[in-house]
This record gives sequence, C-alpha cells and structure tokens, in this order.
Amino acid sequence: MTTLQDPPVESSPEIGRERRRKEDQRLITGRTRWTDNIVLPGMLHLAMVRSPFAHARITSIDTTEAKASRNVVTVLTGADLGESQGTLINAWAITTDQVTPAHPPMPSDRVSFAGEIVAVVVARTAAEARDAAELVDVEYDELPAAIDLKAAAAADSTSGVLAHPDLGTNKSAFWKFDSAEAGTGGDVDAAIEKARGDGIVIEREYRQQRLIPAFMEPRSTVVDPTGEQITMWSATQIPHILRFALAATTGVPESKIRVIAPDVGGGFGGKLQTTPEEWLTFCIANRLGKPVKYTETRSESLMVAHHGRDQWQKLTMSAEKDGTVTGLKVELLADLGSHVSLVGGGVPVLGAFMFNAIYKFPAYQFNCQTVLTNKTWTDAYRGAGRPEATFAIERLMTELAAELDVDPIEIRRKNWITHEEFPFMSVAGLEYDTGNYEAATDKALEMFGYDDLRAEQQRRRESGDPIQLGIGVSTFTEMCGLAPSRVLGQLNYGAGGWEHAAVRMLATGKVEVVTGASAHGQGHETAFSQIVADRLGVPFEDVEVLHGDTQTSPRGLDTYGSRSLVVGGEALVRAADKVIEKAKPIAAHLLEASVDDIEFAEGRLSVRGTDQGVAITEVAAAVFAAHDYPEGIEPSIDSEATYDPVNFNYPHGTHLCAMEVDTETGGVKIRKYVCVDDIGTIINPMIVAGQVHGGLVQGIAQALWEEAVYDDAGTLVSGSFVDYLLPTAADTLSFDVDHTSSPSTTNTLGTKGVGEAGTIASTPAVVNAVVDAIRHFGVDDVTMPCTPERVWKAIHSRGAGGEAATEGAAAPHFDAAEGTEGAGA
Amino acid sequence: MARINLTVDGASVSDDVEPRMLLVQYLREKLGKTGTVIGCDTSNCGACTVHLDGTSVKSCNVLAVQAEGCEVTTIEGLADTVDTDLHQVQESFRECHGLQCGFCTPGMIMQSVDLLKENPHPSEEEIRLGLEGNLCRCTGYHNIVKAVQHAATAAGGAR
Amino acid sequence: MIPAEFDYLAPTSVEEVIAALAEHGDDAKILAGGQSLLPVLRMRLNAPEVVIDLGRIEALRGVRDDGDAIVIGAMTPHSVVGGDPLVAEHALLITKAVEHLADAQVRHRGTFGGALAHADPAGDLGAPALALGAQFVIAGAGGTRTVEADDFFVDLFETAIEDGEVLTEVRIPKHTGWGARYEKFVRVAHQWPIVAIAATVRAEGGTIAEARVGMTNMGSTPLRARAVEAALTGQPATEDAVRAAAAQAADGANPPSDLNGDADYRRHLATVLTRRAVLSAAGA
Repeated sequence: MTTLQDPPVESSPEIGRERRRKEDQRLITGRTRWTDNIVLPGMLHLAMVRSPFAHARITSIDTTEAKASRNVVTVLTGADLGESQGTLINAWAITTDQVTPAHPPMPSDRVSFAGEIVAVVVARTAAEARDAAELVDVEYDELPAAIDLKAAAAADSTSGVLAHPDLGTNKSAFWKFDSAEAGTGGDVDAAIEKARGDGIVIEREYRQQRLIPAFMEPRSTVVDPTGEQITMWSATQIPHILRFALAATTGVPESKIRVIAPDVGGGFGGKLQTTPEEWLTFCIANRLGKPVKYTETRSESLMVAHHGRDQWQKLTMSAEKDGTVTGLKVELLADLGSHVSLVGGGVPVLGAFMFNAIYKFPAYQFNCQTVLTNKTWTDAYRGAGRPEATFAIERLMTELAAELDVDPIEIRRKNWITHEEFPFMSVAGLEYDTGNYEAATDKALEMFGYDDLRAEQQRRRESGDPIQLGIGVSTFTEMCGLAPSRVLGQLNYGAGGWEHAAVRMLATGKVEVVTGASAHGQGHETAFSQIVADRLGVPFEDVEVLHGDTQTSPRGLDTYGSRSLVVGGEALVRAADKVIEKAKPIAAHLLEASVDDIEFAEGRLSVRGTDQGVAITEVAAAVFAAHDYPEGIEPSIDSEATYDPVNFNYPHGTHLCAMEVDTETGGVKIRKYVCVDDIGTIINPMIVAGQVHGGLVQGIAQALWEEAVYDDAGTLVSGSFVDYLLPTAADTLSFDVDHTSSPSTTNTLGTKGVGEAGTIASTPAVVNAVVDAIRHFGVDDVTMPCTPERVWKAIHSRGAGGEAATEGAAAPHFDAAEGTEGAGA
Repeated sequence: MARINLTVDGASVSDDVEPRMLLVQYLREKLGKTGTVIGCDTSNCGACTVHLDGTSVKSCNVLAVQAEGCEVTTIEGLADTVDTDLHQVQESFRECHGLQCGFCTPGMIMQSVDLLKENPHPSEEEIRLGLEGNLCRCTGYHNIVKAVQHAATAAGGAR
Repeated sequence: MIPAEFDYLAPTSVEEVIAALAEHGDDAKILAGGQSLLPVLRMRLNAPEVVIDLGRIEALRGVRDDGDAIVIGAMTPHSVVGGDPLVAEHALLITKAVEHLADAQVRHRGTFGGALAHADPAGDLGAPALALGAQFVIAGAGGTRTVEADDFFVDLFETAIEDGEVLTEVRIPKHTGWGARYEKFVRVAHQWPIVAIAATVRAEGGTIAEARVGMTNMGSTPLRARAVEAALTGQPATEDAVRAAAAQAADGANPPSDLNGDADYRRHLATVLTRRAVLSAAGA
C-alpha cells in the first residue's frame, strides 16, 4: 500500500530546499566552457563533405582542387583512413540474430543516408576548411532509397527497395513479449476474441512522427593528441561510454584516452551517442599529431545528429462493456534509419514494459519489428520508447471512454492500480514499488477546475461557437532510473546500469564529490551538493561536485533515462555513509571512547549520552595530519560507492490540458495545462519544476509542431529551424505544476526520476484535448503534429487529417535571388 | 582584409578582419568573448544576441565590418564586474531558475534587457512576444518569463 | 557556417552605389539590413564576389512627410518604421504589419527597403505596400524612376529593380484615418506567415467607404484582392456582409503548397483571415 508523504522530509535542512543553482554564475555571465570555445596551439579544423543522396555508390572522389586550396593541410576519404578510423558500435542488439549493418564513420564505397560523410577537409581555419570542402568533387551512382517505413518493412530481396542490398532484408530484429508465455498474465488473442463476441474491441493505428532532439548547443569535438594521453573534449552526455567505445574500436588503450564533457548545452538523448564526427576527429588528430576541432552547423546537426521516435503503432485493446480492459496487443514498426545506432534498436523495447502503464490489464502482448531505411539513424530522444508507449495507451483509454460514452477519467479509475495494491506486479513483469494515482488525479482535477471546463465545453458545442474547447487527460507512469544491470543483461544490453560516486573529505573542511553522472543542464552540482551537505552535515557551499571528465571521475555510466538522481544520487548517499562509518573509529580514538558509543548527527560524531564530540571535518583534518589515529586502519575517510539499482522506479502523474480549437482555421491554442506529478522525495523543488516545464514543452511540441520530414528521395525537408518548428515563448504558456509524493522504496532518499516525465505525459494530453474539442464533428484522431491544416481537414473530412501537409518542399525563404535586387530584408 | 575599430564591452578594439567574418565570430575568435555563442545558421535561435549601439541584434546576422565605429555589448560586458554587481536581469535569471543548460542564456538575457529597456513594465504576453526571436530547449520558457517579470519588478523599471 | 569570401564595399552615397553596381554587375550583391542575405551567404546558397553595404548612406534612412504621401527611406530599420508617428498616422497598416515582422532583433537590423526588394512572397511588407498603393523610387545610372506597387513585384524574389539599380525610398500615399489590421497566421511565432492578410479600411459610420486588401504568401508575389475590395465598397461593416465579400479572397490566387499547408488550405485560410482583418480594420 502506498501512503502519501508531505515533503519536505523532517530534519533535513537541505533536502526539499529551493537552493539557487551553483552552475548559474558562470552561465549568466558568459564565462562558459563549451567545447567550441576551446582553442589550442596549432589547432586544425575539420569540414565534412556530406552525401546529398540518401543511397548511392561512391564512384570517385577527386580531392585535388580541395587539397590545393588555401591553408588546407589534407583531405581524407574513407579509402584513405580505412580501418584506422575504427567503427561505430551498437551496444544493444535486442535479439541474438539482429541484423546490424557495418558502421564505418566514413564509408568508402556506398552512402546509406543523406548527410553521411564521404570526405573530410583539414585546414588551418574552419572557414578555409569549408571553402575547400566546396571543392571536393564526388561522383555518385545513385541507388533506389528505402524511405517509407511501411514500404521498407514490406520489402525483401525480391521486391521493394533495400536500405542495404547486401543484407538481403530491411528487417533488423523482431522482439516480442507475451504475458501468457512470460507467466505474467493471460492470452491476449483469447481476450480479444472473447471481446469481439460480448465486449468491445478498440483498434487503432497511430503514427509516432520522427523528431529531432535539437539541443541548443550544436555538437563539437576537440581532440588533443599532444600529451601523454589523448584528450577528447566533446559535447556529449556520455564521456565514460565514449571513452570505452573509442578504446574498444580503435585499438588505442583505454588508459591512454581521456574524455571530457565540459559545459554541455542540452542533450535530451541527442548526445547519448557515439558519432562519426567524434571518431573522425579522434582519428585525424592522432594521424596528424595535432589538436583538431570539429563543430557542426545547425543545418548539419538537424540532418545527421540522431533523430528520435518514428514508429507506426498498431493497437488492439479488448474490454468488457463496463469499460474493464481485458487485453492489449501492440504491433510496432520502428524506423532505425540507416544504421543500428548506440542503443537505437533498444528504444522501442524500453517502451515494451510501459504500454500497460498504470492499468491492471490481465493480458498483454508486445511485438516490435525494427526496420532499416535510408534516413538518419534514430536513437534516444527524451523518454526513449516510453513516450511512444504512453501516447498509445493514453490515446486508447480515451478512445475507449469515447466509445462507451463515459468520462475519460472514469475509464481510468476503473482500470488503474489502486494505492492499496502496491507493490504491484505488472502484466509486463515489472514490480511497481509505490504510487497513488487517485491522489494525483484528484489534486489535478481540482486545480484544473475540471467540471467548470466541461460545462464550458458543453456550452460552446451547443452554441456552435467557432472556438471549440477540448479537454485532454493523461495519467502516465514511466520506468526510469536506468537500470538494474541484471535486467539489462537479460535484455542483451552491452553494459551495466550502475553508477559510481566518491566523496573526498579535504583537510580544510571542504568536500569534493565525484560523480559518474554527466550533467548537461540538469543542475547536478546543486542537487548533489544538497544531498551530500545533508548527509554529512556540512554547509552546502562547502561541497564541490566534480563530473564529466574521465580523469577526475574514472568510473561512471553517465546521464540518460532519468537516472542521475535515483542511481547516481544513491551512489552518493552510500559513499557519504561510508565516510561516516570510516570516521567513527577515528572519532572514537580522538574522543577516547568506544566506537560502539559513537553516533553521527548533523555533521558531528559524538559520544552517546555526553556533550563530547568532533565534527566530521575535524576528523578529515586529523587523518590528513595523520599524527594520531588508531592502529590498523588507513588514515583516510574518503570513500567510494558503486550502486547497482535493484529495480527501476516509477514516477507517475496526472496531466490535464484545456485546448481551444479555432474550427475556421484549425488553429489550436492551449488555454490551461495542469500537472500533478508524483516523483517521490524532491531534493530541490525549483530544479524539479524546471525539468517538468521543459519536458512539457518538448512533449507538447511533438503533439503540435515538430516533425522531421523527408521527401521521396530521402532529403530532409525540415532541415533548418525555419522548417523544423521549435516553439518560442510566444507559443507556450505558464503551467500549473504541483506534486503528490509517494516516496520510492527502492532507494534511500525515496526519489524517483523526473527528467522525462513532462515529455512522456504531455503529448497524449495535448492530442486528446485536440480530438476532444472536435470529436462531435466525427473526428477520432488527428495525426501528429496536429497542424492547423490537419485539424481543419479532420473537421471537414472526419478523418485524421493525416494526408495533409508534410508533402512538398520547405518554403524557400533563403533561396538566393539572382541579380542585385535581393538585398537583405 | 578590412580594418575595423569599435568598442566592445567598454574597450576600444581594432583588428584586420576578412569581410566575410561575422560579428559573432569576431567576438569569439578574435576577442575571445566566447560568452556569446552560435546556435544556428538561419538567425532563428537568437543565442548570439548582443547589443549593437544599444539595441539587440543577432550577431550571427551582422558582419564584423558592419560594426565599424559601433559600440557592442555582450553578456560579458553586462555586469559591472566579473563576479559582483550583476545586472538585475542576470540576477533574476538565477533567482527564477530561468536557465538550465545555459546555452541560450546569453541571448535570452541580452534580449530581455533590451525588452525591458523598451518596455519596463511588460505584461506576460508582451514578454513572450518580446522573446520570440530566442529559442530555448530546456526551460519551456516558463521560468524565463518569470525571470523577466522578476527583473521588471525588482528594477522598478529603473534600470 | 561561414560565407564564402567576398570583397566589401561601403559607399556613402547612392551615386557610389550605382557606380559600384556598374563596375561589378552580376558579381555584386546589395547588403541592406542583411537579415535575409546573411543567412543565404552563410549557407552558401549564394556567393557574390562583391557585397555592397548600404549601411553608411545616411540619406537612405528616415521617414518624412511629403504632402500627400509619406516617404520611407529604404534603409530605415523596421523598428524605426514601426515606432514612427507619421507612419502610424498616415499608413497604420504598415505599423501593424511591422509590429510582428520577424522578431525584435531582426526588426532592429532589417530594413524597410531591403525586405521589399528581397520580395519573399511570405514577407510581411509586400501585401501592405500593395494595399496602400506604394510607389517605389529606384535609382540607376540614368537617374531615378518610380514604379507603382502593382508593377514592382514581378515573381518569386524578383522585382522591377533592374541590374545596376537600387531601391532608395518608398512613397506611401496617405491613408489618414483609415483603420488597419494585419492578420497573420503562423504555427509558431518565429515563422514566416502561412498566409497573412493586410487590410485597411476607411469607414464612415458603420459602412465601409473604401477598403484595400493585400495578401501575403498566396502566390509567387504579394497579391491584391481587388474583387474583395470592390465587393466591400459601400457595404455595412457586419459579419455577414464582410464574409460574403471575403469569400472571393482567393479567387485567381495560386498559393504554394509546403510543409505548413497545401494550396487549398491556404485558399480557405485567405477567406477567413480576410473577413477577420477587414472587420477589425473597420472597427467592427
């Protein structure tokens, strides 16, 4: 049973406190350490020559003219570098027979997506490198390209187009979970068959459009091979994994590689990757023995930095006539793009456990086919698999409610796990530790003014108001805190899911904390300082958090999957607790007491029942001097901990969206958005709110604005911020955010992840609201993104508006006019 | 090469530059003012916003040679000193958690300063419209708007 | 990304500009505010050998009263035009259109003449200029000539400005006391309009005495909705009357299809936005 807890935790001055961020001083004054800021003596610059074709044989590359261009050092092709460039890896073959194309950073014979690198220019300045790149003459023999996901899935060696003809198939892997086979539930086909007779069956197909993470800092890599080690600075979420993969694929000993992620300007999964650009910069710097930098342009970033989502979801849900769901069957097609990227094949599998969400479905089956195409490869984007799953189930539950003509809240109440039922073993085989869906929903409904808005909706419908109102509901959960290593092993993932931390007690009373998590905007320095200050009873200001450098932080598995706090934070707690345990015998020695009588509270080690004690910082000073400490123990209280989580954890929440739809134009406008998230214990409410706000807008943006669109030839049409539409402040609104708290029982602090929650929950809330506003026109879906054109066409055609838009070219605002009249605007 | 003379963050500077050099490149590469950053190539993102003769511009959309004789203020010249006497807008962004990764922040702050100069008491809608040329991917804008409101209130419209 | 190399000229008079154009011909490109040109150069969609910057020519800046017209210098920044009391009094439609043109930074730097000469059919100034019957003053080797708005926009990114010529100022006949509305439809704020309608109306009592309607992004050039204007004349400024007139907005238009909507959807939008713009401009 889950009971609610009122935050903040008693007697914890730092936990729950809205500390202003330690990170901010340098960021608001411009004294930042972005990778592209780095300048080293004699540093050379790279420019990439990229294929304009989605699929082609390279017939010749003439670099003569480019090599003669001013200040060019060399021009290199795949043939020049050969195996010295290493290879890019897939760390998660989801099945043992997964078809995985070879992935050289720069191919020499054939390109398989538009934007793939075919030559690299090395020059003294970035401008000169670009000048010469324009002069590289590449001849291609264009091949048919596999672009459409469904067509690619249907192709084989005898018909259709193959993304990699030598593989003989576009099908990479088929992954299945069946609750009857797993023993976690019944037979879904039987449940559906029964419902066709005496119940109700909802069948839908939803499109998860392709998205681009579009972090604000374009990726950049600097490699300096001039020291004892080879140092790589990179705008990455994963310095540790990057170092491992470089060593594993280039033959350079891991001990000779140092990777630094300095200030990193956002990631959202988009920098959870090992990239051709990193491998080529590494290879070329080593080859030339000089520091080398590559910084991508935004156009390059949108084109080649991995994309996310891109699935077709075929869904069949069975229910009794009273709305009790009896089964859910999921059949996915997932577009991998041209290669199986670092964890790309596993993204839909992360969703496999979440389609059943907060509900007590007795039978469940998940089938996923991953498919190769000639598009940019896909991988994690905020939520990674779970937003797709949550979208599908929250849309379906709403559709079930509509079919049965009951309120969408009521259908959820009927099917969700009640708080008395925790811990709960889900039909997908996960044990949910805590949750209280009733409490979060009740609070959200009250904040939202649900009944009043429903009444207004009714009035607008009856009066035929051109502005219709819709209400969207999303009651989500997610699995986060990636991940228990044994579970990853069962899923055939190539690494573990532990995290490492160290606490160094400095002689001057300051504390250095080393974490293997690697922040890129999350505020680790602040939140981790709060945890350690609280645990050790030292001032917040005295804690320094070190991260993002494999030399200072030699062990770690980095930041993704809402894991930093729940896994990395727990490692920190355990390391701090070890410090206290190590300090106890020394304190006992100093206080001439028995170690059994030493107790620790608020930074002091005291003799129980007396006023005698020493501060833990005094113990640190004592072991630094080491003049007087007990025999048989080391003169140090520094400690480390590696924590491997025993379970995921399961934040949840209720999100409600009120949407105004202009039925004359199809334009949509969010009027109100309320969310009540249960993320357990909150370390810093200010940082949590920020994570929620940003997540919400990314999820809303999938619902309304963003889509990576390819034309039939495989060219990315939405290839700049002119056409890949990120929302601005003027397109968004202020949110009503609140929390309930049922602390997780799987970690000491009771925390749950929050980084992805907003993104996972908001997309279905928004689409449900759009559909709800126009359902009385006979509409039961609008394809994402819900553009005004699609909404308008849905109203007037009673369809999903799906065939509208996304065809045709981008608007040519920056086309170069001939002659002299095209002066700048 | 063309010789340019201008004032950047209060200091007179003079350099020979290629005509094609963008102002943002000049700031970053010639002057080492890496506080101003480049986020796109179509002038949508606004991360490179600086003040040119007192009004906000996107420094990726101005040639360095066009800044001849001008006064440029970057994020690095906004505070009176490096660590203290921050501009109210800088303080407010910290106070209201108006930044996460911080990449868009220099541009956001510079545009917010310009916005408040032209309209010391903006409504929420005016703030949102005033920032339409600046993209942020982390904050969802919620706390950025709060930060500008905070700055307007704290400054009483005076600064 | 960084532009290809070019030579840079910063003349201080129109005469010098014309001389430079004569010398460099097609190899030269005029730089006004640069807010569209610089992205083009950065992405290397164009690589002129010479860039002629008009920014040092003070004579091309400012707004002045010229009897029955106001005159806006080609190099006047949008932000200046948008805040100019003469413009607001005599050409309110321009003020309204500039208000949400691009974003604040671009309005500080981009120029009135530059935007019109760029002739992006999705640009925000073409339709208002058409609706107000603007006259374009163009200087060349043979002196200056004036082109009527109807003749200025020739095609996508193409105007009546010939090789060797430069746009120096735009004369806008006074529409003192006319109401105005620029109804711009976008998905996100930093977009070019999917469709926008520029309407200005002289209302007498509750009646539309005269109306002028321009359309943005409804073809390869800005368009004027003459049928709508004719149908509105003498009509009451009521929802029904204006709706009937606005229904003709897209007649004969050939709007583009792109990621934001197909041609049919744009035609439909034009009728809705025209009704809204006219009603607002008429004070209804």
